[in-house]
Amino acid sequence: MIVRGLILALGLLCACPVVAETAPAETIVAGLSQSRVSITADFVGSEILIYGAVKRQSPAPTAEPLQVIITVEGPPVEMVVRRKDRVYGIWTNSAEVRIDSAPSFYAIATTAPLDDILSATEDLRHRISVPRAIRAVGISDEADSSSQFVTALVRLREATGSYTVDQGAVRLTEDTLFRADVALPSNLTEGDYRVRIFLTRGGRVVDQIERGITVRKDGIERFFFRMAKDQPLLYGILALLVAGFAGWGASAAFRWMRP
Amino acid sequence: MQIYLPIAEVSVNAFLLLGMGGIVGFMSGLFGVGGGFLITPLLFFIGIPPAVAVATGANQVVASSVSGVLAQVRRKAVDFQMGGVLLAGGVVGSAFGIWVFQRLSAAGQIDLFVQLCYVLFLGLVGGLMLQESLRSFWRSTRGGAIRRSHVHTWVHGLPFKMKFRASGLYISVLPPLAVGALVGFLAAVMGVGGGFIMVPAMIYLLGVPTKVVIGTSLFQIIFVTAFTTVMHAVTSQTVDMLLAVLLILGGVVGAQIGARVGVKLRADQLRIMLALLVLAVCGKIALDLLLTPSEVYSVTVSPLP
Repeated sequence: MIVRGLILALGLLCACPVVAETAPAETIVAGLSQSRVSITADFVGSEILIYGAVKRQSPAPTAEPLQVIITVEGPPVEMVVRRKDRVYGIWTNSAEVRIDSAPSFYAIATTAPLDDILSATEDLRHRISVPRAIRAVGISDEADSSSQFVTALVRLREATGSYTVDQGAVRLTEDTLFRADVALPSNLTEGDYRVRIFLTRGGRVVDQIERGITVRKDGIERFFFRMAKDQPLLYGILALLVAGFAGWGASAAFRWMRP
Repeated sequence: MQIYLPIAEVSVNAFLLLGMGGIVGFMSGLFGVGGGFLITPLLFFIGIPPAVAVATGANQVVASSVSGVLAQVRRKAVDFQMGGVLLAGGVVGSAFGIWVFQRLSAAGQIDLFVQLCYVLFLGLVGGLMLQESLRSFWRSTRGGAIRRSHVHTWVHGLPFKMKFRASGLYISVLPPLAVGALVGFLAAVMGVGGGFIMVPAMIYLLGVPTKVVIGTSLFQIIFVTAFTTVMHAVTSQTVDMLLAVLLILGGVVGAQIGARVGVKLRADQLRIMLALLVLAVCGKIALDLLLTPSEVYSVTVSPLP
């Protein structure tokens, strides 16, 4: 009985996405203004234009309005959130929660408030909203109030511009053409960034598409970064030589200027 | 002019870094401290990740110390013998310090320990130095009793005596070794060159003349911070050379100006100013520990293994 029940349940689980995704009536055709971002010494951030159109085989359904959600996601990193508490009159880190994997950068742009255009189950499935994008599995064992830690993480990352939610930033023209500008901040890290575009109707995801942006350090940035990773001892000695030479150079220059 | 730093992975104003390097370099040349206890908090403040700030700060201190020492060498104000003895003690002390640092890191309480170390030693050193230097300042302005330059204490009864020509001292090598070891230990644990402890220790514990102290302290700081820089570069890869170069450019110029200004000032005035600076940093760290912070949460980001 139990086994049959399980099989039935599994079958239902598997069937659901299939039903939802068979031959979508509306599909996305999309492009990016650039698929490669170079971080050079004068890098102050970059703006990516994400644009596209909705392709239809049949006339658009009119019951619920079409909505677009665009997410840009940086490479995943591990994060530790610490909370200070007063211990013997001194403020010190007393509790911490380790987040196994969270995006280093996460931007959401939508046509309307996210809660109105995306149902909770679809959010859970596609990990679209910021709290869902942070993979906080099993953290409840680490501290008694781990959800507060996740809230704090989102707040801190939003303050530094690493997480942004821009509701209404996607412009949709005649239910067909859409475009959005997503700003990449200057404190960007290297890696493969994932751009996801979702079409929703009545909170349900109708179609989705994924594109990639490669963010790489270039020129002198690349040279220092690679050397620090590949030749750490040589890099350290070079840093000392630069320091020593600069110290000597300044001393000699000043003696020459004012003997 | 914004510049993106390859290891810190943030974009900051290049002129701000030049200016910060200049101010810390000026202090370094003036007082004979490396400036590690100033540059690291300043870098935190402008958003450089702590690990990068500590390692790169050490690299900058190497440059400003070299610049400062060369200025002092020309004035024959460096006691290389004393510096060598201090350094020998320092190597032993810092090796022990690195071991303690690793044990405390594993226990997860290194931040608190470092901050308490700062408050304790900065407060102690700053307070003692301020009291002494004010007293000698008043005495000299009133033109009172002549101060004896060499007071005989139990220190002078110890064996293994050695002549320190530049300092005009004939004392046992044991106290300089012990001072060197203590400073080396603290430097490794607190991530600083240790100048702010070394300078008063040499003046008050060893009786080295103030004019020689600055050059000699800078001389041994070069080696301590050079060692720290290479250790950080190899173990944690957190030395940002672009950041260091900008700080260094400002720092070496500042150190030269500081050394020149230092010649024009009186020794007791210099000590009063250094004492006030040390107490100010101590007060800032103490307040951070005692006052309710505006944000009790903090995030540390590390790449996935």
